Amino acid sequence: MTATPALDYHKMGKQVRRTITDMVIAAARGHIGSAFSIVETLLVLYKGGILKVDPKNPHWEDRDRLILSKGHGCLALYPILADLGFFHKDELMRYCKHDGILGGHPEHTKIPGVEASTGALGHGMSIGIGMALAARMNRRGYGVFVILGDGECDEGSIWEGALSASKHKLENLTVIVDYNKQQSYSDVSEVLPLEPFADKWRAFGFEVAEAHMDRPEELEALLKRPRGNGPRVIITHTIKGKGITFIEKNLSWHHKGKLTPLEIENIFNELEI
Amino acid sequence: MRKRCLDAVYRLAKNNKDLIFIGSDLGVGVMDNFKKEMPEQWFMEGVSEQHIIGMASGLAMTGKTVYMNTIATFITRRCYEQNAIDLGLSNVPVRLLGSGGGLVYAPLGPTHLATEDIALMRAIPNMSIFAPCDAEEMERGMMATEKLPGPLYVRIAKGGETVVSRPELGFSFGKAIVMKEAGDVLFVTTGVMPARALEAAKLLEAEGISAGVLHCHTVKPFDHAALVAQASKAKAVISVEEHTLMGGLGSVVAETLAEAAFERQPRLKRVGIPDVFPDKYGSQNSLLEYYGLGAAQLAEQARLLLAPAAAR
Repeated sequence: MTATPALDYHKMGKQVRRTITDMVIAAARGHIGSAFSIVETLLVLYKGGILKVDPKNPHWEDRDRLILSKGHGCLALYPILADLGFFHKDELMRYCKHDGILGGHPEHTKIPGVEASTGALGHGMSIGIGMALAARMNRRGYGVFVILGDGECDEGSIWEGALSASKHKLENLTVIVDYNKQQSYSDVSEVLPLEPFADKWRAFGFEVAEAHMDRPEELEALLKRPRGNGPRVIITHTIKGKGITFIEKNLSWHHKGKLTPLEIENIFNELEI
Repeated sequence: MRKRCLDAVYRLAKNNKDLIFIGSDLGVGVMDNFKKEMPEQWFMEGVSEQHIIGMASGLAMTGKTVYMNTIATFITRRCYEQNAIDLGLSNVPVRLLGSGGGLVYAPLGPTHLATEDIALMRAIPNMSIFAPCDAEEMERGMMATEKLPGPLYVRIAKGGETVVSRPELGFSFGKAIVMKEAGDVLFVTTGVMPARALEAAKLLEAEGISAGVLHCHTVKPFDHAALVAQASKAKAVISVEEHTLMGGLGSVVAETLAEAAFERQPRLKRVGIPDVFPDKYGSQNSLLEYYGLGAAQLAEQARLLLAPAAAR
């Protein structure tokens, strides 16, 4: 038996960022910094052998459920779903268009492969808990994955959900926090500090792990590791705008309108594709 | 009325393992039989309304039908965005059972009154609203909720209301009930107001003024046709609601009448709670009278509307 060759997350990440850039150019808008932050996280989940999903049968009852609770990061999700075949790639260039299915925030009633309509922050955690409880009741083995933003953790509803996930010992729930340490206005540490963040989750009864997303294999390994009998959270250390030097940690790229020809040229040069 | 409502949930659950009940932090002993007999379908999730609505939505997206109960104002106001997005936009079968709709919690003050619950829920696309007039209508309605598509808000009254609904008049969601044919006057009601309107009609008839009562237990979807048909026979229409005049039954009635093509437009008076936070305590009844919702006061409104313009 030969070992599976390691996935080239670096190369895949560049391709996804290229598509995201093309979509932002086409729509003249998008949360580019927030999307770049979670590209590797989503690649690990969808390409790293974590999520059991079937693009030909998006409502397959035993599929794993991924909820992108930080719905404004959807620009990173759409190219991956299209690549897997959940919908035609032509849809990507209709992002935010009048009759497109891909909005600035994802809607599950429109997009195959999307499990919940998100965009208003602080909703996905509790929806995921409901799905995880239903799995238990229905004796189904699927897992529920919820991706939260760090700014999103300002919402009280996240912590209401954390209390509940712990109470119900949801061993089929995985929360992934995109901890890029920046929110719309400024640094998380300035707007509403979350530290000691891991300790907070631990105190709420979660099994806590941390992954550094400059090495996506760390997250992949954590997700493949046997888990305990309660909910787990993985705090992913990420960089807002990751992948393009002048976008990284640059809050003016949290959400962008029309890109200038020079900006486009510089992004393409750095991506080398 | 709440007991009859929750009993109906219990009976429905007995035949449906996909029916889930969630309470927040209800009174001790509530739904004990449900908990004991169907523990997997029963949840008490704490004072966390935002979370509960999201969780209910997740359950409903996975094939469950969810009945959730807490105090009406907390189930509507506190978690409004969850109601709009997780229930309305997702269009899932979650039933919000709001205890103490209207002025029931009068002695507890404005934090506990639900006087704009109907307006809030009405503004959410896909959301239906059921406000029954007594325990029997509650039971008839609740037993019909199981297969309703989409989210539903149920306004639960205090309980012990005189039964004025009649099984022979039937029940179906979205269909208003003609409790008494329109005459000179038509009272249009929702929630527990029919008893007062019927009483007012009796007072008026003793004076030779004929009055009817159209009861709209489903404020949404609203039975526009029934209102227009009844209103077209009347000289005056009076909407009666234990709710703010902003956006509730009176608003639906006014909107409907304004857009209807009447040969002779009936005069309209909306009776309800003005745009204020109630500033008195006392009892539900004392507050209802404070806001002109007593039977004698409703009859007086009818006399005023029917009087020649010069006398008004």
